[in-house]
Amino acid sequence: MLLIKNGRVLDPVSKTDQTLDLLLDGECIAKVGANLEALGADTYDASGLIVAPGFIDLHCHLREPGQELSETIETGTRAAARGGFTAVCSMPNTQPVNDNASVTRSIVERAARSASVRVWPIGAASIGSKGEALAEIAAMKAAGIVAVSDDGKPIATARLMRQVMEYADSLGLLVIDHCEDPSLFAGGAMREGAQSLRLGLAGIPPQSESICVGRDVEIALLTGARLHIAHLSTRRSLEHVRWAKERGLRVTCEVTPHHFTLTDEDVCYDTRYKMNPPLASRDDRAALIEGLGDGSVDAIATDHAPHHPASKDVEFDRAPFGITGFETALALGLRELVHSGKMPLMRLVELFTSGPAQVLGVERKIAVGSPADLTVFSTTYEWTFRAAESPSKSRNTPFDGRAFRGAPIATVVRGQIVFRR
Amino acid sequence: MLPRLANLLGIESLSREQINFFLDQARPFQEFQRHPLKKLATLRGKTVAVAFFEASTRTRISFTTAASRLGADTMALQAEASSLKKGESLMDTVRTLEAMKPDAIVLRHSSSGAPDFVASRLEIPVLNAGDGTHEHPTQALLDALTIRDRKGQLEGLHITILGDILHSRVARSNIYLLSKFGVRITLCGPAMWVPRELERLAPELRRSLQIEEALEGADVVIVLRVQTERIHEPALAPDEYIAGYQLTPERLRRAKPDALVMHPGPMIRGLEIDSSVADGPQSCVLEQVTNGLAVRMALLYHLVGGPPTDAPDPPKD
Repeated sequence: MLLIKNGRVLDPVSKTDQTLDLLLDGECIAKVGANLEALGADTYDASGLIVAPGFIDLHCHLREPGQELSETIETGTRAAARGGFTAVCSMPNTQPVNDNASVTRSIVERAARSASVRVWPIGAASIGSKGEALAEIAAMKAAGIVAVSDDGKPIATARLMRQVMEYADSLGLLVIDHCEDPSLFAGGAMREGAQSLRLGLAGIPPQSESICVGRDVEIALLTGARLHIAHLSTRRSLEHVRWAKERGLRVTCEVTPHHFTLTDEDVCYDTRYKMNPPLASRDDRAALIEGLGDGSVDAIATDHAPHHPASKDVEFDRAPFGITGFETALALGLRELVHSGKMPLMRLVELFTSGPAQVLGVERKIAVGSPADLTVFSTTYEWTFRAAESPSKSRNTPFDGRAFRGAPIATVVRGQIVFRR
Repeated sequence: MLPRLANLLGIESLSREQINFFLDQARPFQEFQRHPLKKLATLRGKTVAVAFFEASTRTRISFTTAASRLGADTMALQAEASSLKKGESLMDTVRTLEAMKPDAIVLRHSSSGAPDFVASRLEIPVLNAGDGTHEHPTQALLDALTIRDRKGQLEGLHITILGDILHSRVARSNIYLLSKFGVRITLCGPAMWVPRELERLAPELRRSLQIEEALEGADVVIVLRVQTERIHEPALAPDEYIAGYQLTPERLRRAKPDALVMHPGPMIRGLEIDSSVADGPQSCVLEQVTNGLAVRMALLYHLVGGPPTDAPDPPKD
């Protein structure tokens, strides 16, 4: 038993915002109330701290199986725990691709042995994520996947997207799409604009993403099925999602911390600024922040994409896309969205908890009988992020050395403290 | 004297004073090219690594000759012959070169930013000999030297750059350099190769898609090569390019009567430029080549030259 005392409990589902004690018993929350006592329970004093439902990350790459040089389930989930995440959804672009039940089972088994937090695998939509034949989605669902995606690439054609959405929806599974138009993307290395022209880097126009989002919204209109847009990064993409929501379509989207923090003007020849989708324009960033505040965006997701140092220590156009993200997500959210006055703290908590939970069709709240997954954090703790100290195997983050105000202080999964600062 | 630069990575970060300094420094080296005996001892004992990771003839020969006329030895590395084909990374290749103790490295690479990347990790000066579609600083300096010689000054001139601006590092370096001197620059070419956002690279930049209009009253016309190897998008049919954008004698008449015609080379006669213009009285193409030597000698002298560092004191027991 674990008694968490004197924390400011923030629960977006019940709109709770008050100082309360929580008693965790086994894997569940046993009691919620003021001045709780429990004989024999370990006590965690959360005075001055926020106690929130456990954070969920809808989008990460744990690289296992197959790319263990960059990350493993063990190292990645330790980094996730340090970032306050209690559950992470791992994308299927491993080696081999998670496109069948035996790979899914192996991920679930490895996670059971070595993970610090819950790992919810996402299965490939098509075999090998090649965009041709449907993967064994029902069998993967039985083995534990929570969604399907060909992440790293868009689901290749409108026809395949239609089939995947109809079939996955019949199984109660979410389809997540990484939206880009390959012909417009065309070997690009960063967002097209004055900065790409200045640096002489091949540019990717914003329509590479929004054309594909538009296509997917049209398929959602055709099928009525669930659709989730991964790492949405442009104003036009968001307008497509807004339109779909206004029409009552079951369409959701996520935004990453780096897209609401940085813009293409920050890009230099440092490969830690190379990610896909690329950092967008100032106007796009403003649109994303607005969407995060007004509910058009459903969740913040990290797109934690570790790459071992040697693979990123190359010429910009040859470097792989992606940055790590678990450990800086909350601090960036606090700085860019809450401390800056763009939204109340409760909304930020929602974007990390009940927001992503609803995308997945699960519950995430602080209530008696709910899973004892909690994120305890400070909005004032001053610290500097040092990539070298991360449990992740990779160091590819532009936020190395940044000073922050606010950080995860303890992460509780299934009633156990898996990280404390 | 200006403080010595650590590297020459591009024109963008240079000041007008620094550019003028290099142009002035190139003067005596221009004279020098006419000497019967073309060998100085200025850089004797120094070694310049000339690392070309992309095919090039003229720039490589120009740098190698510049170094040798200053008395330096050169170490040549060419991508075709190197271990890059065997999968070695750029940094490993360059560190291997560095271990042979050159005093500077001249780098040509197909990736934009490769010289910045290398310079941030090496102790010795890096001289950018052209990186991807980013910059080609020595080309812009030799162009400026040529223009200044012929026109007296850069200030107030109207210069038209013609061709595939989007994929041209020569255009970028020229835009940065010329705009620092208040030159009115007109960029002209097929619409998809002259994106609107280019106007944000520098003040006094004008975009024109009509060659006749773009050439009107120009003091200098810089014709770029059509870089077929860099074009991702569907290429334009050569006939279409010729019809719309080739510099012909008739079109050149729109420019001032004494307008200069320049080309960074290699030139494709009959595509971007008509032969009679390339060989005509207004052409300075060969003068550019000679000035390239002078500019590169001045830069190597600046980056590598100067008094030798004092030998360390012998150890005392």
